[in-house]
Amino acid sequence: MANGKKYFLRFNRLNRTLHVLMIISFLTLSLTGLSLKFSYTGWAKFLSRVFGGFESAGYFHRSAAVIMMIVFATHIIYLFRLKRNEFGSWKAMLIGDHSMLFNKKDLKDFIASLKWFLGLGERPEYGRWTYWEKFDYFAVFWGMFVIGSSGLMLWFPEFFTRFIPGWFINVATIIHSDEALLATGFIFTVHFFNTHLRPEKFPMDIVIFSGRVPLEEYKLDRPAEYKKLVESGELEKYLVDEYPPIVIRAMKIFGWAALLTGFSIILWIIYAMLFAYR
Amino acid sequence: MISKRITNKFSTAALLLLFVLASPFPLNAQSNEDCFMCHEDNQLKGKRNGRTISVYVIEKKFNKSVHGDLECVDCHSDIDPEDLPHPDDVEQVDCGICHDDVQELYNQGLHGQAFARGDPLAPLCKTCHGYHYIIPVKNINSAVAPLKIPFLCGKCHREGTKVQLQRHIPKDKILENYSQSIHGEGLLKKGLVVSATCVSCHSSHRILPHTDKRSTIARNNIAATCSKCHAEIEAVHRKIIRGELWEKEANVLPACVDCHQPHKIRKAFYEQGMADNDCLRCHGNKNLTAKTDGRSLFVDYTVIKDSKHQNIACSQCHSEVNASKTRPCVTITKKVDCSACHSEIGEQYATSIHGTLFAKNDPNAPTCKECHGTHGVLGRENPDSPIFTTNIPNLCAKCHRKGEKAARRYTGPEVNIIAHYTQSIHGKGLLKSGLTVTATCTDCHTAHHELPHDNPESSINPKNIAQTCGSCHHGIEEQFQKSIHSPLVSKAGKKLPVCNDCHSAHTIRRADNKGFRLEIMQQCGNCHPRIAKTYFDTYHGKVSQLGYVKTAKCYDCHGAHDILPVDDPRSHLSRENVIKTCQKCHPSATRQFAGYFTHATHHDPDKYPYLYWTFWGMTGLLLFTFILAGMHTILWLPRSIQWRRQLKKIMNENSDEQKDKKDKSV
Repeated sequence: MANGKKYFLRFNRLNRTLHVLMIISFLTLSLTGLSLKFSYTGWAKFLSRVFGGFESAGYFHRSAAVIMMIVFATHIIYLFRLKRNEFGSWKAMLIGDHSMLFNKKDLKDFIASLKWFLGLGERPEYGRWTYWEKFDYFAVFWGMFVIGSSGLMLWFPEFFTRFIPGWFINVATIIHSDEALLATGFIFTVHFFNTHLRPEKFPMDIVIFSGRVPLEEYKLDRPAEYKKLVESGELEKYLVDEYPPIVIRAMKIFGWAALLTGFSIILWIIYAMLFAYR
Repeated sequence: MISKRITNKFSTAALLLLFVLASPFPLNAQSNEDCFMCHEDNQLKGKRNGRTISVYVIEKKFNKSVHGDLECVDCHSDIDPEDLPHPDDVEQVDCGICHDDVQELYNQGLHGQAFARGDPLAPLCKTCHGYHYIIPVKNINSAVAPLKIPFLCGKCHREGTKVQLQRHIPKDKILENYSQSIHGEGLLKKGLVVSATCVSCHSSHRILPHTDKRSTIARNNIAATCSKCHAEIEAVHRKIIRGELWEKEANVLPACVDCHQPHKIRKAFYEQGMADNDCLRCHGNKNLTAKTDGRSLFVDYTVIKDSKHQNIACSQCHSEVNASKTRPCVTITKKVDCSACHSEIGEQYATSIHGTLFAKNDPNAPTCKECHGTHGVLGRENPDSPIFTTNIPNLCAKCHRKGEKAARRYTGPEVNIIAHYTQSIHGKGLLKSGLTVTATCTDCHTAHHELPHDNPESSINPKNIAQTCGSCHHGIEEQFQKSIHSPLVSKAGKKLPVCNDCHSAHTIRRADNKGFRLEIMQQCGNCHPRIAKTYFDTYHGKVSQLGYVKTAKCYDCHGAHDILPVDDPRSHLSRENVIKTCQKCHPSATRQFAGYFTHATHHDPDKYPYLYWTFWGMTGLLLFTFILAGMHTILWLPRSIQWRRQLKKIMNENSDEQKDKKDKSV
């Protein structure tokens, strides 16, 4: 313990790796995809050139799509292994405190949060996963399904039109494009705020790269989970050392790059929608 | 019948017997012998109009004449052979009894009209033909033999005669001029009986003034008249006047007499016998300069001999010289007029923009020599010629290059044309690949009939441009003329595109060139804005907008020169052809695949309801999500700031506690 602080491990190595891959593929997909969606802006043409022209940008887009699908598949496999190794049954995993599914506590927390926002109550005692984290989590599932499937149709129109009418490719285009707008818009604003920009985390929370939060902080941020772990005596299992400063620095640099890219994209979208929309 | 036959045989002859004497031998009136019994007396006198005249007829001579087989009374029909000797007052013989066709011509002619008026100067048949002793016209002793005609006509038409003095004859010195003319020389000096005489041009009997349309010397008939002898003259003059036009449009073209004056006919206007050497006596001197401006008047004769005009004499171009002067060129008043020989080109030039500027004395206007040079003029097939194909861009550039005089006065959109042309596919083909078949300036603008594009006569007028381009790109023109863009097909009255609307003029590129493929969408969109806009709403358009060349552009689907409405079965997009068209890029395309909307928009609920509702469904989802999440975030913000302060405080307290603990333990 370099500075004498204790650290709590929130994310294991696999999940952190997957998230980094997710960031890389998502940003690539956003940049290349939006440059096509907003092809009438000068920015789009510039970006397209950055990616080595449209054709090359297309390869980037599809490669990133493949990476994202691998990330998604890996996560699904991970869920199966998690069930087998730690929970034994789907029921235990999905009903338990660590479940990503929405449950009664989330509803209670959500209402309590709103009360807190309005000054009608104390800050709720959030558990391992807050309701907004669960929302983000399932947003990915929804996005993977909607964008992924429509994207495949656009990738292989000749194959898919054996089963679906040609005009559905037009529909798929709109769905793919607007859902992508939703995804990027949501991630680069709401998700960024929830995790990085909200004042207590500002300017950035690198927990998704390091997996570690100071125990003190965790205790205050997720009191319900902390108490539970103390009671069950499992807290020790999650206590780890902090990474050396150079690693933290690298993580911060990566984090900044991703954040700034996201913000730039948001600015570009706003510009394209407001000033250059056709 | 017999007499008729004879008359026909000698159709030029007409007979008028004027003097008839009463026979002193009344018993013998059955034959000519009866007549000659009295008329062979060379002392026999008769009376006519109160004058005493000889009525002697030489029988032998009469018998040898063309009328020798006739009876006297056949002509002198008023004499009764039973009642001889006949009275003194015998009527004039009417040749028209037999020669009625000739008589008719005579009556129509000036001579006949004068006779009918009672003009005492009017010539009668006998005035020209004589009477009892008429012999065949082919006989050189005939009064109307060619050699005698000028003298015959000259009896009345030479200077000083009553006819010449008292009647209105527009020409003077007719005989004098004729005798010096090439026709007169041929006839009179060289004895060529085939040489033209008065009657060759004016005809024999129906002589009419040139103002009469029926006249052989009327403007419209001149060519026909001259070509009776000069049958091949049209071929010789073809360079000056297109043969067939000469007779058809005599009103606009020069007639023979415009150049070859009647009665003074010479070979041509320019002086014969002016040898080039005569000119070179002075102009062979290298130091010869003009008095006025000091320019050199030296002519390098070897240059002329190597030129296209090597067989043309100086005086043929520098006409108006007079060989009889010490300096024959002193009489020259005009500059060389190339159109004297190159008349067709001269006409083209005169109506071209160059020619009209020249007519206005514009100092910028180029004349023949600016492009073709002067003495050293070379044919366009000679690579050293300024008008050899590969030299043409440079030639025109002398005035049309950016900054030069023609480019400065031009105000249209085609700027920097020479530089653009050089970079164009035509320019590269010509100047880099050395293809002499490549289009140069003159292939599109013509060599001598250049006109601005808004002139309907111009080769680059929208109406004519397909034809102009088609002179090389014939196959394309054929396709284009069948397409919906052709005025032959599209009758909607809308403005239709022509070659240069899509391909541009001087910057023309290969159609597989990147720039062309990207710009064509704009070009089509100029006229089809709505359909272009929706194209840019779909994948092909969006990708193209990013500068991607391979994606389908307008003409990849619709066809280029053979473009037709999609409801035309021959269209590339008709139901029969559309799959094949998609398969050009999407090899496994099917009928369903072709159902993709390439021009779809999600703004049209009637035409594309699925797209419209998908779009608004997605937009609703978007708005819903963002509003919800946005509100959550905004509400959260103030509490979060509060929480941050609280956290800090707690953390600080904790670390203080820890410090205390540490201190205590120490």
